[in-house]
Amino acid sequence: MNNISTFIRKEFLHVFRDRKTLLMLFGLPIVQIILFGFALTNEIKNAKIVVCDYAKDAASQQIIEKLKASEQFEIQNTLLGHKQIEATFKEGQIKMAVVFPANFNNDLLHKNKAQVQLITDASDPNTATTISGYASQIIMDYRNELMLLQDLPYQINTEMRMIYNPELKAAVNFVPGVMSLILLLVCVLMTSVAIVKEKEMGTMEVLLVSPFNPFLVIVSKAVPYLAVSLINLTVILLLSVFVLGMPINGSVLLLYAVSTLFIITALSLGLLISNSTASQQAAMLISLMGMLVPSILFTGFMFPLENMPYPLQLVSHIIPAKWYYIIVKSIMVKGLGFSAIWKETLVLFGMTLLLLVVNIKKFKIRLT
Amino acid sequence: MKDVVLNNISKTYDSGMVQAVSDVSFHVNKGELFGLIGPDGAGKTSIFRILTTLLLPDGGSASVNGSDVVEDYMTIRKNVGYMPGKFSLYQDLTVQENLNFFATIFNTSVKENYDLIKDIYIQLAPFKDRRAGKLSGGMKQKLALCCALIHRPTVLFLDEPTTGVDVVSRKEFWEMLKRLKQQGITILVSTPYMDEATLCERIALIQNGSIMSIDTPKNIIAQFPNHLFAVRSDNMGNLLKDLRKAKIIKSCNAFGAYHHVTFHDDSPEMKEKLMRVLEEKKHTNIELKPVTPTIEDCFIYLMEN
Amino acid sequence: MDTVIHTNKLTKRFGDFVAANEITFDVYRGEIFGFLGANGAGKTTAMRMLCGLSTPSSGTATIAGFDIYKHAEEIKKNIGYMSQKFSLYEDLTVLENIRFFGGIYGLSDRQLKEKSEQLIETLGMKSEGKKMVGSLPLGWKQKLSFSVAILHEPKIVFLDEPTGGVDPVTRRQFWDLIYEAVDNGITVFVTTHYMDEAEYCNRISMMVDGEIKALDTPAKLKQRYSVTSMDEVFYELARGAKRSE
Repeated sequence: MNNISTFIRKEFLHVFRDRKTLLMLFGLPIVQIILFGFALTNEIKNAKIVVCDYAKDAASQQIIEKLKASEQFEIQNTLLGHKQIEATFKEGQIKMAVVFPANFNNDLLHKNKAQVQLITDASDPNTATTISGYASQIIMDYRNELMLLQDLPYQINTEMRMIYNPELKAAVNFVPGVMSLILLLVCVLMTSVAIVKEKEMGTMEVLLVSPFNPFLVIVSKAVPYLAVSLINLTVILLLSVFVLGMPINGSVLLLYAVSTLFIITALSLGLLISNSTASQQAAMLISLMGMLVPSILFTGFMFPLENMPYPLQLVSHIIPAKWYYIIVKSIMVKGLGFSAIWKETLVLFGMTLLLLVVNIKKFKIRLT
Repeated sequence: MKDVVLNNISKTYDSGMVQAVSDVSFHVNKGELFGLIGPDGAGKTSIFRILTTLLLPDGGSASVNGSDVVEDYMTIRKNVGYMPGKFSLYQDLTVQENLNFFATIFNTSVKENYDLIKDIYIQLAPFKDRRAGKLSGGMKQKLALCCALIHRPTVLFLDEPTTGVDVVSRKEFWEMLKRLKQQGITILVSTPYMDEATLCERIALIQNGSIMSIDTPKNIIAQFPNHLFAVRSDNMGNLLKDLRKAKIIKSCNAFGAYHHVTFHDDSPEMKEKLMRVLEEKKHTNIELKPVTPTIEDCFIYLMEN
Repeated sequence: MDTVIHTNKLTKRFGDFVAANEITFDVYRGEIFGFLGANGAGKTTAMRMLCGLSTPSSGTATIAGFDIYKHAEEIKKNIGYMSQKFSLYEDLTVLENIRFFGGIYGLSDRQLKEKSEQLIETLGMKSEGKKMVGSLPLGWKQKLSFSVAILHEPKIVFLDEPTGGVDPVTRRQFWDLIYEAVDNGITVFVTTHYMDEAEYCNRISMMVDGEIKALDTPAKLKQRYSVTSMDEVFYELARGAKRSE
């Protein structure tokens, strides 16, 4: 046992002496959180819209006032007809048009059912979805106010419901995303590079020729990165709670437990890559292109999975980060317990087990 | 007692396309300083890796300390010391940390075998807190040797320990090996520098994966088939060309300040004949003298025949 | 005699560390100049300055008639460079390598065709022209990369340990190529770890701790230290070295 502790101590020395990498390891999560939190936000403010009001009655005016008052929208113009709307869209200046049909108030009051048309520029689908979401939320609010005043089942048709994230706060999406990416980066990239470096430097040769169990060589390499990852995790959570004001609704303990499982998944992936590569560049390239890029694409926090073609949705199932992302959202945002995430956890656990078995089978006690 | 035995060892790479080692057999006696001499790509490293259980041979068998390199690899790993070509050290760890680390993985401590490395370690001691990456080539080489010795191995494998190291450090290194030999450690060392061959007790000359000759350096030199002469004149470049053209000359190679030549015929009058040829070619200050062949002469002879 | 390399108190400092200290020497046209030194003596630093790859901290030098401060680009056109580490592209064929490096130095297509045919003919590599350089034996690679380094007929060729690890027969063939280049008026500036090769040089400089400690013909150096081989000369001079790498 003394041997392993020496080994692990040595790995920590490697990590702490490489100042530049160390800075990157601990700086990256902070930079990412701040970037996503303040710069790259997809929260929409002051989106330019137009209104086409055929009704010009009390109800339509009230809704327009509400839209005006919200900080999300800035009403550019009031237009006369559909033709003008099309022309304005072509100019590319506006994000959405809100159309009230004639007799809007009448329909609402007498038939208890009215229509509002929201036209969005779908060439940017994410913005379009978000904007129409905001607008229908505002319209729903109006309807609810009406219902409080008069106990009648009014209905305005802009069916879009948003739960858990009513203000569409971006942090809810990207904090779990950044968590999975940082853990992947540290565990897959750093571990595989660290092991392959020993191969490149020739020290692996000497280690193999020693009586030290070669598999433990690899295992002890993973320990410092497990530690670094847990620290990173803590930093991200603290930042998101205290800087971004995003509370952890579920159990912190459960969050750490599942994160540890995901870290082990990522470490096994790193081992697998280091097992099949001989140079640091190759390990880096495979980790980045083979792991990180698909994880960004298929986790769902940058690009909604529901919008993807079915075959790509299937591909997303084999991305461990996707499952972790779902779990983290469930715990952090929805405040759900283990009973709600056991399926996803089982998938992650299965993947880890499989990776570890492959690693043990593939492990070489000799060179090449 | 034979500490290292190789029987008809072969090794190919790229699924048989590259023959790195072909049918190599030799043995190293207990306590012997044995040298494997040959250029890059001759197969030295492959042989070392097979003996240190890092590679599986394609054919033949080999044993170290009586343990088979394939079956009993774990026994061998406990008992041998190995210093690979690129002396493997952790560049970001200090001298002390490197040494302690290697001691621990071999289940020993620096204290336990300090007497064995004492002579070498004393030279490193002033730098013990310096990172290995900041040491000079000679110092790195010494540290790597200490690390390979720390568990008092019975057999020491040193793969090109002096490559890229300057003359002074090379000399010191061979002095260290001699002292280790006196401690009873069997040493197998490889080198591309032919002049280091005479520092070994027995040597194997290796080229293109095959052994050309195995013997003591003295015997290998004694087997050189011709009388060897050293020639020089004021214009060494032209001298070389003229010697190659001379019909009586069998071989002619540049050797530092002189060119080494052999004649087809070892009769005494050849010397006179050559002098006349060279004088005809207007060479000045000609010097022609018999010399003892070096291992390099033998190597060239064996390569060309 | 034509001077092709002239240096006067050439110095390179890295912070407090003086890598090369007031180096002064001349190399003449058609000479084989051996540049020796222990590991870390400052050889590489000095060579980089001479090739126009690094700017000196002080001192002056002209290479092939060009000032190293003002005309670094002209210098590069007039020198060839080959080292043990970087030579040729392993994943290009022999002919592709020749064309590429010839092309860099502005040889015309016709010249390239002519030269490359001539080159593989002299090296006896006609059947290897279309083979990947990576598949050739080390000795051949080194010979080929030397030939490529002098393809553009430079005034000086710098060789950094060109024969490391090469077998004794190929090593000698390599020196044949060097002699041939010298016959064609190329000046050769060479570093080596093989002391017998030092003897092939017309003159030798020995660097110790960043300074040139000795500069003479091999014969005179041996005489001065009353020894019989360059090996011993080197040992005498480098033994007292304080620094290394």
